[in-house]
Amino acid sequence: MLQETPVYWRKTRRLTIILLLLWLVLTFGVNWFARELNQLDFLGFPLGFYMGAQGALLLYLAIIVYYNRKMRALDAEQDNARDEGG
Amino acid sequence: MLPSLSRLQRYYLVYTGVFLLFIAGLAALEQNGMPPRWVGYAFLVFTITMYATIGVLSRTSDVSEYYVAGRRVPAFFNGMATGADWMSAASFMGLAGTLYLSGFQGLAYVIGWTGGFVLVALLLAPYLRRFGQFTIPDFLSARYGGNFIRLVAVGAAILASFVYVVAQIYGVGVITSRFVSLQFEIGVFVGLAGILVCSFLGGMRAVTWTQVAQYLILIVAYITPVAILSYNVTGVAIPQVVYGQVLAQVSQLEETLFDSPVEAEVRQLYRERADRYAEKIMQLPVSLTHEREQLANQINELKASDAQMREIVALERQRRELPHDPEQARVRWENAMYSAVDRSKPPVHHAEAFPGETPEAQQAQRLNFLALIFCLTVGTAALPHVLMRYYTTPSVAQARESVFWSLLFIMVLYITAPAYAVFAKHEVFTNLIGIPITKLPGWVAAWSKIGLVGIEDINGDGLLQLAELSLNPDVIVLATPEIAGMPYVVSGLVAAGALAAALSTADGLLLTITSALSHDVYYRIFRPDASTQFRLVISKSLLLVVAIMAATVAAQKPGTILSMVAWAFSIAGSAFFPALVLGIFWMRATKVGAIAGMLVGLSITLYYILRLEFSNLSWLGLQGQAMEPWFHLQSTSAGVFGVLAGFVTHIVVSLLTPPSPEAASFLARIRRGHDREVS
Repeated sequence: MLQETPVYWRKTRRLTIILLLLWLVLTFGVNWFARELNQLDFLGFPLGFYMGAQGALLLYLAIIVYYNRKMRALDAEQDNARDEGG
Repeated sequence: MLPSLSRLQRYYLVYTGVFLLFIAGLAALEQNGMPPRWVGYAFLVFTITMYATIGVLSRTSDVSEYYVAGRRVPAFFNGMATGADWMSAASFMGLAGTLYLSGFQGLAYVIGWTGGFVLVALLLAPYLRRFGQFTIPDFLSARYGGNFIRLVAVGAAILASFVYVVAQIYGVGVITSRFVSLQFEIGVFVGLAGILVCSFLGGMRAVTWTQVAQYLILIVAYITPVAILSYNVTGVAIPQVVYGQVLAQVSQLEETLFDSPVEAEVRQLYRERADRYAEKIMQLPVSLTHEREQLANQINELKASDAQMREIVALERQRRELPHDPEQARVRWENAMYSAVDRSKPPVHHAEAFPGETPEAQQAQRLNFLALIFCLTVGTAALPHVLMRYYTTPSVAQARESVFWSLLFIMVLYITAPAYAVFAKHEVFTNLIGIPITKLPGWVAAWSKIGLVGIEDINGDGLLQLAELSLNPDVIVLATPEIAGMPYVVSGLVAAGALAAALSTADGLLLTITSALSHDVYYRIFRPDASTQFRLVISKSLLLVVAIMAATVAAQKPGTILSMVAWAFSIAGSAFFPALVLGIFWMRATKVGAIAGMLVGLSITLYYILRLEFSNLSWLGLQGQAMEPWFHLQSTSAGVFGVLAGFVTHIVVSLLTPPSPEAASFLARIRRGHDREVS
């Protein structure tokens, strides 16, 4: 390593990993149990079917919204740090 | 008037208004006796004129405008354009049909094709935009250095995109030939003209703005029929919200229908037919000679007894159509046997996850389901024509926003597709099954003429049973307006939407192929000193050549085109995904590692597809090379092995080779935060 990892990148990387794990659980974990989830009822749908047809999709969108908001905040934070640093 | 809207938003609002007025006008004209065929023509001419106008208005001879639309596309519109780029003829026509036929198992496509955008958002889009060049091979070459990796990337991009573009042009041919009754081959070339007016003059800039227009048309066209259907069945016109209760009704109907004695009888008849074919195949070549002799005897007997000429002619035709040799007989009878076996199986309950008779079969279904999701998500995050779109936004932040808009606009269709399938199934169960075959509605006959609907009264009771009806997946969306008895203008609208889906994807893909050839191969490798003028001339000529090649292949009606599209995802995923992601997130990734990973990943994917799908290419002398699928996975999921092998190879080889010195500065550049204009 030539230099210390910048704060901006460290925070980005951590956020990315957390959201990626969430995505993995949502995509592969939940659907692994689709058969079992189908026993439950949600808004008139069997839950396993609902997750595949709508639930997962809405949560994907939520992940992206959260990521974008965090990254905007991080960008602003970096701007402030640069201003203070001159 | 609406000051909060930008100029562009106002333009497209007016455009949408004009389009809706156009539909209303046509509906009124149809009421007053305008023939359906003219409605079809009106839609075709109107929409293609719109696209052409936008294409001509955004013509350009600037390199940055041509390849990346001048990087001035706002996030909102880039999202819409990506939506149209992404949703192909397969999504528009095929997805609802697949969900109709396979129920829950079809949801793998819905999950995979949307989940992939999370990977795009988190792992790729911001970094590609910060890098800010023109193509995906550009990125790999800058990260790893050297032109060899550029060539490997160009090869993979062209392989994946060309297969995909042929499928789109094929789709255009199907739509034009069906709705405006052009001959298929002519339809293909009319579609080609529609594609070229957008991309030829204005490159990415024209394609982007036409794609926005095409998105609006395709989404209106997709939702209208199912909203009407939903209103008719439930009284609420928002199908996505209310189809839960319809699904419950369908499940109830399934309970009574699937176990009824007459359905069981029909399935038994199909099973017997399958057994007969199996027996005939076992006894080849004797059974073929035997059959030929039998027919000859029958003909001779008829001739001797001076029967009706017509009967003799019919039998003689039957004899002519017999397979010429045992090999052909085997292929033909095997197909007949498999189709009979399919129909003899008890149908699957729509909402049931991982259906199977034994726990092992269920486990195999589960693995296939998850593996397909994996391939589709990774493929989504690796198809160059989609990734290229994130070069066109003004900033990194806008690139991130634009993934959000992309997913939102795409989701509108993917959330509707399962509802489409359920409503269509409800219609079929309640209004079609158990009806006398002579009294079936007109659309059944119309669509069976072109072979997309098949009806066979195998038990001879004169009524239609579920197992006696076979539907091609493409027919569900295209025929829903007719199934629900809507006016022809809705059918025309659906056709226009399908056309928009096919044209927009074809545009994006053609642009990817030509920029790979003209920018990456010609400019970067052969003639770095070429003038910008000349580069665009090369690019435009290549566009023409590739488009005509694709149309020529499509005009041959290659049969396996739809499964080839699924393979394109595995190919793109195993070639690009590990190299891109490790290139961005792992400083230690080296050039040799990337090249090895790409080649190994691609080879494994191609090997798996070839060994599973082309085991019986006996005419190539490749007999007996069929293999047992690994972990019961179908060839559409070949990417699982390719991507994993690609990752492992990339990592191992990178660790064995010395780190590349340029990686640190390149990564520092793409990983830093945003730049402000004033700092």
